[in-house]
Amino acid sequence: MLNPSEPLVSLKNVGLEKSGRWLVRGIDLQVRSGEIVTLIGPNGSGKSTTAKLALGIHQPDEGEARRASGLKVGYVPQKISVDWTLPLTVERFMRLTRRLSSADIKQALAATGIAHLASAEVRNLSGGEFQRAMLARVIAARPDFLVLDEPVQGVDFAGEIALYELITKIRDDLSCGILLISHDLHVVMAATDQVICLNGHVCCKGSPDAVAESAEYRNLFGDRAAASLAIYQHNHDHTHLPDGSVRHADGSVTDHCHADDGHHHDDGGHEDPVGAAVRNRQETDHV
Amino acid sequence: MFDDFFTRAIFAGVGVALVAAPLGCFVVWRRLAYFGDTLSHAALLGVAMAFLLELNVTLSVFIVCGAVALALVFLQRNATLSSDALLGLLAHSSLALGLVALAFMTWIRIDLMGLLFGDILAVSVADISVIYLGGAAVLAVLALIWNPLFAATVNHEIAEAEGQKPDRTNIIFMLLMATVIAISMKIVGVLLITALLIIPAATARRFARGPEQMAIIAALIGAAAVVGGLFGSLNWDTPSGPSIVVAAMVLFLLSLSPVAGLLLRNRAVLQGEKP
Repeated sequence: MLNPSEPLVSLKNVGLEKSGRWLVRGIDLQVRSGEIVTLIGPNGSGKSTTAKLALGIHQPDEGEARRASGLKVGYVPQKISVDWTLPLTVERFMRLTRRLSSADIKQALAATGIAHLASAEVRNLSGGEFQRAMLARVIAARPDFLVLDEPVQGVDFAGEIALYELITKIRDDLSCGILLISHDLHVVMAATDQVICLNGHVCCKGSPDAVAESAEYRNLFGDRAAASLAIYQHNHDHTHLPDGSVRHADGSVTDHCHADDGHHHDDGGHEDPVGAAVRNRQETDHV
Repeated sequence: MFDDFFTRAIFAGVGVALVAAPLGCFVVWRRLAYFGDTLSHAALLGVAMAFLLELNVTLSVFIVCGAVALALVFLQRNATLSSDALLGLLAHSSLALGLVALAFMTWIRIDLMGLLFGDILAVSVADISVIYLGGAAVLAVLALIWNPLFAATVNHEIAEAEGQKPDRTNIIFMLLMATVIAISMKIVGVLLITALLIIPAATARRFARGPEQMAIIAALIGAAAVVGGLFGSLNWDTPSGPSIVVAAMVLFLLSLSPVAGLLLRNRAVLQGEKP
């Protein structure tokens, strides 16, 4: 059995070198049971490499990568293509590395919204459907440690939110540790316990709020990304009541929402320049 | 029962086909057709070595093929050339080395055509027992590593991350390939072994719903090709190895024909009617 006080996976000052270049270096990272750790960073910043170091697919050239013994791992890689010559149904794909009961398979497929595709051939799935199948496969195996590398790429927007909710639910149900890589900062942050911002090294880490406010994060992603993160965090800070008034997070009720409230800051507060220009031209045309 | 050379040929050929076809499925899935070619070309070098060192031919071919396979794994890891260039290099240099070495041994008269295209009509009872014992061992090992091997075929990294040890499995698979080539060389010859690996698997693809099913169907198709090819060879007095490959090709063409399409549609309808 796993010892609950020990981290499932820990990287200590880990680095990986390839043909004279350090892909990542000085990475410190721990994932514990019931914890979601999110890796963010620009392209080529070593997010997938770090995940592979944590999984043991790559061996570190320096530092130490440890996994708890007997750890049951589930891995959703960033991109895989299944050769069309492989006769592979979704159901068989689910059983790729583990024996699973039919009930578990059915349940996992239903949870990811593709119950109807159990006997479909994997090569005929759309990108989003395949992504769901990959997620279903790891869920059904009930892992201790889950690595999800861009798990919702190609999934439609509504599905994306549902799948992130599902990921949170998996964490709660199985109390597994999850290492998540994602670009969708504003959606991901909701459930994340710890954010690690990478750029070849750990450039900052901490709670989502702390990272969003750090100078390193703003340098790396620019103010716009920081703002989009802020938008998410203020997303639910006020509620529109049926009578048109607004209740704020602190309980006060006003007639309108304030300019500095969450997402309304962008929608209502300002005229967007393009729209204004178009309107101006239309007015000119009428004259 | 084994007194008749034709009966012996059928038994030997069917035995080889039953073993080669399931491995051939992995060759098709993993895009290793050229790898199969490389190993079988290296087999000729194995034959030359057998004569030079007075070894058993099958054993010597297995050793050379195994060494070439391992060399390939090593070279691919430290690659400065692409895999296909490496394969071409190994395939043709070992084939040429084998031919040169055989030409040097003027004291031995060798039926080169038999080595290149097979001499199934000359198989002995001892050959048959080697085929069936070796074949059974190959199939047993394949069954043992089937799941990890298939997982590594679908995605190496998933297999690695989820504890399937794909590197070890790959090496075992390559040694199985070397064994199959060693035992089937006498049947279809060095130049046609890849056909026996690939064509039945390619034919089975259209009819299979899962990997295990594809392996079984491929084995049956391979056996049918051997029987058909040998009877054709007897009837029209054609060389036996190439005749088997031609029969396999005919089966492949049939699988593409409208008749096969009709069969598939019928099955789909039947399955659709199941509750």
